Amino acid sequence: MANETVATGQRTQLKMTVNGKPVDVEIESREMLLDVVRDRLGLTGAKRSCDLQVCGVCTLLVDGIPVSSCCTLAYEADGKSVETVEGLARFGDLHPIQQSFIDKGALQCGFCTSGMMLATKALLAENPHPTVDEIKHGLAGNICRCTGYWNIIEAVEESARRLATENGGGE
Amino acid sequence: MTSNTESSYTTIGHDVPRVDARAKATGAVIYAGDMKLPGMLYGRILRSPYAHARIKRIDTKLAKALPGVHTVLIGEDVLDINPYYGHAIKDRPLIAIDKVRFVGEPVVAVAAESPAIADEALTLIDVDYEELPLAVTLDAALADGAPRLHITELLKSGLFHGLGEMKPQPGNVCYHHAFARGDSDDLFASADIVVEGDYIFPAIFQYAMEPHTLIAQWGANMDEIHIWSSCQHPFLVRAEIADLFGLPVGSVRISVPYLGGGFGSKSYTKMEPITTALARKAKRPVRIANSVDEAMVTTRRHGMKAWVRTAARSDGTLLAREVRAWFDTGAYADNGPRVVATGADAAPGPYRWQAVKVDAWGVYTNTSPAGSYRAFGATHLQWCGESQVDEIGRRCGLDAIQMREKNLLTPGEYVRPGGKPLDADLIGDIRLVAKNLGWDTPKPANVGRGVSVGLLAAGAHPVSTAFARMEADGHVTLYVSSTEVGQGARTVFSQIVAEELGMSVDHVKVIGGDTQITPYDRSTGASRSTTLAGLAVQRAARELRAQVLEIAARVFDLPETAFDIREGQVWHEGESKSFPELIRVHFGMVGGELMGRGEVRPEKGSGSYAEGPVFWEVCIGGIEIEVDRETGKLTIRKAASVADVGRALNPRMVEAQEMGGIMQGLGNAIYEEMIYDDTGQLINSTLFDYHIPTFEDLPDAFASTIVENEDGPGPYGAKGIGEGSLAGATAAVVTALADLGITINELPVTPERVWRAMNRTTD
Repeated sequence: MANETVATGQRTQLKMTVNGKPVDVEIESREMLLDVVRDRLGLTGAKRSCDLQVCGVCTLLVDGIPVSSCCTLAYEADGKSVETVEGLARFGDLHPIQQSFIDKGALQCGFCTSGMMLATKALLAENPHPTVDEIKHGLAGNICRCTGYWNIIEAVEESARRLATENGGGE
Repeated sequence: MTSNTESSYTTIGHDVPRVDARAKATGAVIYAGDMKLPGMLYGRILRSPYAHARIKRIDTKLAKALPGVHTVLIGEDVLDINPYYGHAIKDRPLIAIDKVRFVGEPVVAVAAESPAIADEALTLIDVDYEELPLAVTLDAALADGAPRLHITELLKSGLFHGLGEMKPQPGNVCYHHAFARGDSDDLFASADIVVEGDYIFPAIFQYAMEPHTLIAQWGANMDEIHIWSSCQHPFLVRAEIADLFGLPVGSVRISVPYLGGGFGSKSYTKMEPITTALARKAKRPVRIANSVDEAMVTTRRHGMKAWVRTAARSDGTLLAREVRAWFDTGAYADNGPRVVATGADAAPGPYRWQAVKVDAWGVYTNTSPAGSYRAFGATHLQWCGESQVDEIGRRCGLDAIQMREKNLLTPGEYVRPGGKPLDADLIGDIRLVAKNLGWDTPKPANVGRGVSVGLLAAGAHPVSTAFARMEADGHVTLYVSSTEVGQGARTVFSQIVAEELGMSVDHVKVIGGDTQITPYDRSTGASRSTTLAGLAVQRAARELRAQVLEIAARVFDLPETAFDIREGQVWHEGESKSFPELIRVHFGMVGGELMGRGEVRPEKGSGSYAEGPVFWEVCIGGIEIEVDRETGKLTIRKAASVADVGRALNPRMVEAQEMGGIMQGLGNAIYEEMIYDDTGQLINSTLFDYHIPTFEDLPDAFASTIVENEDGPGPYGAKGIGEGSLAGATAAVVTALADLGITINELPVTPERVWRAMNRTTD
């Protein structure tokens, strides 16, 4: 019924890969990436909160770059590769960032966690051994109201160590 | 973080990882906004643009005609029921009736096939308002001849205020809480030192990152309701919904998914009545998900103004304190009366007074309603009283620690007559905070240090229950209604069961928050879950243990005292039987299960507010702060705290509560303030304009100590600490600034306020 109601403007075909899998969906041109990922693809790990690119809970990686998907038109991801929290673990094995967040107690309510981990992934891809100040700066676009941040910093440091080991004993 | 005791427990006292960590780290955890029901409609709310106005006409014709719009709800649609609710005072219609009293009050609700259609429908609704005179501020609301928001004489008490007889109040006052003992007039007249001040505390947004989100679905016969809600107190919501819609409580089912934070913002009833009414008219399930700006006008922390004076002898002995405090509860009382009572209780501070006199009022204004936020009451008033204690110390040559060593109550002394005596070693705590802060080390230029200590009446009403079911495989399924709001309740409950039954935490599954399945729990708040629900869980597990031992006694033909339980086995002198084996013997086949029940209720009396609290939560903190003398900018060099927790069941999670609480305390002290203009518009209603502390606002260092004196009423001597560090940190920012000669009377301490205070001081 929804499709025959309001004249909602143009529709467009969106092709992208999400967590490595090709996706081809018809969307309303005005739809945000967050809504497409959550409502059409059923990947609900990314959340909506501030809706203004301040809080970071909707963070997704588009071609490896963290974006606030609540304010990114879905068609901007056309032809690109999107990564969500659901793509971090492979075959049931947690990603080192996920394991570090668990081990360091870096999550409480969990609402910010998917965005926080994806922002961490992007930060460490660019800067594999960040200082504490670089972590603070790199994650300043992701708010956590529960933890008081310290454990997240420890988790990012731990992630850096684990990724370095995984990549052959550090660079 | 360090701890001062060793534990002999196998699970309790250990840093057991959160039982929900993996689900949260993989994005698999389901919050209310992740759910969809077949046939579900999307609800949106048209909110009032005026702070006080009469509704003359609502035209919804165009909205109803929009394809995809299913239902439009206005005040007239709920006149077949008594549509007023409020757990303290029934002052609030579930949707505006005739009048609006704040900017953001729901006027029309729309249910449509998609959120976009519902949004579009809102733009097609035309409402005519006739503006009424306003009372936006406390001063305006308290002035002679102020416009009245409610005819308070006609209001009825709600179901859960717990505050005894609530007398109707004049004007815009919704509640007055007062107590006095000793002759304070005489003491103030004869005291060597009197310090007096006026203080202002702002309205603050709790900012749970997940805004209020819920789905309501009526049964096919319209005689039962199922609500999935991001709520902290499902049983209290159930009772209010049953009362509103005239149903037995058993016909109202509240299911609580994981919550994306609460901090009090999801306590009591919030969006459930309007969503339920919309679903009733639609006869289809309806989801309403607040946006952040809607969450901001759904509930907030009370703004407050206060006058405080303190009398002392010239040797630093505190004599008497008087407090008058006015709490801005906005257009509806919500939890205002309780906030007022708790604030009044916290106002004297934990000192040995010869006389105190406290008056606190809850006041209606034409702003968004105020309710609970972590450490309410204590956060409001601790900074006022503590800065006066320090000022007296400065005048008589005692530092902040000496003043407190001299005057703090000691364990067993009465905080207030008729209530619970002090159950914490505050002098020991304040010495530890001083140590963590480096109290005796030299301070660089422009660096100040401050401490603060206070008490918060914690635990709310002491009623909690739990069921523990030992399945045929020997695992335990635990039914307990505490909301997992992020604090880690399910992990701690799993630890308690594991400890009592000598089993692995992995073999405990916690089912939580469904009023048709899990048993009654008063609420999740007031730092009560580990202490009270935890005690119910412990009792349920012990009942299971007794049943297991009884079966073992029969099987081995030995007395129940002859056994040891560990590693999921019942042992007697090197021989053992597993739980599944015993269950098989008991039932004679592979099925069957054991059921343990745990109940917590008032040990004496009714558990009323006056008889309480369940325990006094220690609100303590220390801050080292650096001030830029030219700009007034603050840098927090160190935050120190003490978690006086009785027994830390999970030290890492205790530490997490401390760190999170301190960060919110710094937000309350330095950054956060909801600002209303003269017309009652909230002018910083987005996170662009309302600053939540980020990574870049972290203190340079953090030091905390867990104190385990086993003096709490909870399991293993535990007591809650979810809130204390917030109030402690907020007040310590103020006392640290006073250490630099910067007197603060209004929060938050923005650079501008610091600069003005410095220049006032040096002029």
